[in-house]
Amino acid sequence: MITLTLNGLTVEAEKGSTLLEVAQFYGFPIPTLCHMEGLSPYGACRLCLVEIGEGARSRLVSSCTYRAEEGLKVRTASSRVVRTRKMVLELLLGSCPQSKTIQDLAAAHGVRQQRFRQEYDDCILCGLCARICEQQMMANAIGFRGRGEKRSIGAPFDIKSDVCRLCGACMYVCPACELRCTYTEPEKAICGGCANLSPPCVYADKFDDMMCFMNPCVACDIK
Amino acid sequence: MRTRLSPEDVIRIVDKFDGNQGALISVLEAIQAEYNYLPREALKIVASRTGRSLVDIYGITTFYSGFSLEPRGKHIVSVCTGTACHVRRSVEVLEGFERHLSVKAGETTHDREFSLSTVNCLGACALGPVVVVDGEYHRRVREGDVANVCEHARQLENCVELTNDERIFAVQVSCPHCNRSLMTDGRLLDGYPMVRVTASFRRKHGWLMLSSLYGDYRIESEYEIPPGTVVQLFCPSCHAELKSTRICASCDAPMISLLVKGGGTVQFCSRRGCKEHMLDLVNEDATAV
Ligand code: FES
Ligand code: FES
Repeated sequence: MITLTLNGLTVEAEKGSTLLEVAQFYGFPIPTLCHMEGLSPYGACRLCLVEIGEGARSRLVSSCTYRAEEGLKVRTASSRVVRTRKMVLELLLGSCPQSKTIQDLAAAHGVRQQRFRQEYDDCILCGLCARICEQQMMANAIGFRGRGEKRSIGAPFDIKSDVCRLCGACMYVCPACELRCTYTEPEKAICGGCANLSPPCVYADKFDDMMCFMNPCVACDIK
Repeated sequence: MRTRLSPEDVIRIVDKFDGNQGALISVLEAIQAEYNYLPREALKIVASRTGRSLVDIYGITTFYSGFSLEPRGKHIVSVCTGTACHVRRSVEVLEGFERHLSVKAGETTHDREFSLSTVNCLGACALGPVVVVDGEYHRRVREGDVANVCEHARQLENCVELTNDERIFAVQVSCPHCNRSLMTDGRLLDGYPMVRVTASFRRKHGWLMLSSLYGDYRIESEYEIPPGTVVQLFCPSCHAELKSTRICASCDAPMISLLVKGGGTVQFCSRRGCKEHMLDLVNEDATAV
């Protein structure tokens, strides 16, 4: 057990736990995007920033990757943290303005302006899909390619991967390219995903878990 | 350099590194030295042989610009677009090459002669704009020099096209790993520059000069090399070992492989006194000995 100060409170934490875990345990909310329980921490989105240290030597670290240390002074909602977090959100919103997850986060954190050119990318390179594919689905079908501005996610050689089982986990965790079937009105339900002229999903009365991005579409198999 | 992929060769290269997890980049470099690029099938073999996922390997090969997944041309032209070269208008030079060769940066001409690429700083900013062609640095290149630079590369290639000639001829070689030229400026032998490498044997480590005449065995070295000793040769610039994947047919010592300007490799036995050697050119399937 180690002792650290969290927002002025002296708290105890297990050795080796991350600041995010400690803060969540004590009920201090920290927004996250690229963090998911069961996957290795990655620190890509920078949304979970917290301030550590004091005075001039304080700095911002991503709490999902930073391990708790003895005597550390952590602030999860200092003005610097809040300001930076809003900027991070504004930037994320700039690259993927159409993402519902990011829109919700931005709204929740009071981002009221958008000063960057909107890119309408469909990826923020958070690596969730690659990690879930590797660590939970044990498939390792997709991953990062290239570097710098050419960095992208995908299967090797851009061809269908031999090891992909079309499980859909990557789409499920993706915060940017959600393609769930959410319409309950028949004429709008045809997503084009299955190219079926009379898609059975149209007549289902619940669409909650149906996802039409797969080939074949899961919904088409539901009688 | 080979043109056709043989799975056994790739497996042999991979196995040389004994399943060492950290050696992946060296494995890929060795494969690239053999084929001049990384064939898709080869990557699959590396993946299954090392137990790593194809995704990781593909990620690494696309991360480093030194790796190429497409066959490259005989001549590799790299235009520096680093900051210092950029302010000295390397962009115009690059555009000049793009026009002259009718390809974009990162592409290879249809006749497989030239591959054009950009690099970000070669560490020779004072000479900028810098263009490296087959390991040879060209300084202060202007747009108007483009045609000359390409012509120069072609001419050098003609020097080696005498392969079937029985007479002795000189080759220009460069390191297969970093592509830098191994030719000395000063030391001449019979009027030809010598090849300078670093040699190491029995705890001795020093320079070694080889005659650049094909089929000539004269050497000069810092330490006397007793006949029969197997030496390890290294590139003096990048310090990579110049070993090839082949084994000498007469004495089983590893063969040394160097890139020949114009495309291809020259291989010779690393045992002092053994006379096994061969020249492998890209456009020739047969090996001329
Ligand atoms: S959740 Fe910590 S960096 Fe994304
Ligand atoms: S910028 Fe071209 S060599 Fe440094």
